[in-house]
Amino acid sequence: MTTTEATETAPAPVRATPGPPRPTKNRRAWDEVPRWQIYLPLSIYLVFTLIPFYWILLFALRPAGSTSLVPWPITFDHFEKVWTEREFGTYFENSVYVGIATLLVTTLVALAGGYALARFDFKIKNGFMLALLCSQFVPGALLLVPLFEIFAELKLINSLVSVIIAETVFQLPLSMILISNFIKNVPYSLEEAAWVDGCNRLTAFRIVVLPLLRPGIIAVGSFAFVHSWNHFLFALMFLNNQDKQTIPVGLNTLMSADSVDLGALAAGGIIAAVPVVIVFAFIQKWLITGFSAGAVKG
Amino acid sequence: MAQAAAVAKQPAPPRRRRASATPRRLPYLLIAPAALLMLGFIAYPVISVFYYSLQHFNPTKPWRNGFAGLDNFRQIFTDDPQFWDTLTFSAKWVFVEVGLQLLFGLALALIVNQTFVGRALGRALVFSPWAVSGVLTSAIWVLLYNSQTGITRYLADLGIGSYGTSWLSDTSTVFPAVVVADLWRGVPFFAILILADLQSVSKDLYEAAEVDGASRLKQFWHITLPHLKDAIILSTLLRAVWEFNNVDLLYTLTGGGPAGETTTLPLYIANTSVESHNFGYASALTTVAFVILLFCSMVYLRLSKFGGESK
Repeated sequence: MTTTEATETAPAPVRATPGPPRPTKNRRAWDEVPRWQIYLPLSIYLVFTLIPFYWILLFALRPAGSTSLVPWPITFDHFEKVWTEREFGTYFENSVYVGIATLLVTTLVALAGGYALARFDFKIKNGFMLALLCSQFVPGALLLVPLFEIFAELKLINSLVSVIIAETVFQLPLSMILISNFIKNVPYSLEEAAWVDGCNRLTAFRIVVLPLLRPGIIAVGSFAFVHSWNHFLFALMFLNNQDKQTIPVGLNTLMSADSVDLGALAAGGIIAAVPVVIVFAFIQKWLITGFSAGAVKG
Repeated sequence: MAQAAAVAKQPAPPRRRRASATPRRLPYLLIAPAALLMLGFIAYPVISVFYYSLQHFNPTKPWRNGFAGLDNFRQIFTDDPQFWDTLTFSAKWVFVEVGLQLLFGLALALIVNQTFVGRALGRALVFSPWAVSGVLTSAIWVLLYNSQTGITRYLADLGIGSYGTSWLSDTSTVFPAVVVADLWRGVPFFAILILADLQSVSKDLYEAAEVDGASRLKQFWHITLPHLKDAIILSTLLRAVWEFNNVDLLYTLTGGGPAGETTTLPLYIANTSVESHNFGYASALTTVAFVILLFCSMVYLRLSKFGGESK
């Protein structure tokens, strides 16, 4: 079991400097973790991860009242019912507006602020950074009442704008820190070279820096979208009319209904998950690099 | 200012000149939108919460409204068993959740950091719950824990538990039930953060340790863990604050029940303000919660040395 040649993995990384041959037994024990020590715990964890997903699919696809563990015959009745009768079509549309607006505003404002933090030294910079950090510890849920009063004053209750503002504000600090870390990784000399060539700051930023920031922008934008798509409390509090509600509030309504319609709940859950799944499939390859470059090294 | 004057005295090379030719106001202009939004929608609400905490403020009992001094705070600390209950539950919730998430997340990250067949798929599947929201997590686990058609029914068939029990409405099972539901979504978060950091450990270190004959456990203890220290501190504290503040999951999964068994402090505050309309008292509770969180943030600042260098 100690022969690495037998394992079917990708070719072992070639050592840069050919050292003296070592006995195979001692070669890189770290890479020679017995296979069962990988597959056994991973399988157990996968079962734990996947059963809930299977369960929601099962309830969404099998007819009401069925107790079969296989969704057969498949029915789409639950989806139809949720989309039309339970107004998920409207909720979905509202959530799309909120998600996209939050994404755009957060990214733009964070780009501007992140650039200032990365490239300038100014008087209130450290104070501002501290404020950004402290804001992470302000629980949105605890500010509901004053926020409600502000939005009432601004006549924004029952308008999606209130939710967009609230989501943006709570997304901003982390987004800005993330983006400024990405900008710091772009060499300043590149920008300076562009100025010498006659670009003004904005053009230089657009032509030189922006393309290099793509992974960071994608990470920040998609987090903003996903967070506002998933977040529940602001929409619940600031939107009273049913035709203004968003998907998570719709899901909560389904859950707290007197007789919980499990099929509808499952179908609604899947509808809620679709955009997020698409976003994550799209950004997967940037996710880990985005995290390690932007967040952890902060 | 003095610094700027010193720069101006020297004959600056043309390139530098251009760079500093942009008005001094530019950085302020750039952070203005963010700063205004945060002043208006975080700073101002925070201040008004402090203000309300000193008031009796309840729209349903207007005759009592007015300046209260420290009455609200006195009531919290001397005459409100619910505050202590919810604070204790919050502490228990954060401690158990974050501890278990760290443990499982670390193990999971170490596993999927290995080279093995099917790693990409394994990673994608293992990380997938992370994308699922609080409310959706609740929806999924409501389905799983349903007393009639949930997983309990099938487990009962196998001789585990009994028919017709709902783990969410029984005080003896509700805590493990909500912990497991939140773990399902929280472990991947830790695993991703730790994995990102694991990938930057130099392989040479392990090779050297190997030559010296260090066991795998020793390598983990002396190379991997010290390398991960910062990432672990950072993610643990972020997560602790997040789990403390998280209202979505518990609000929708149990509503704080049964019998207030799963009410965290923030949930208690939300109920006090939204359902009982007791804004003054809720604000005082918020202030106390805020102080607790501020203390956490100080620890966080200390440990992570965040913002230490400004460049």
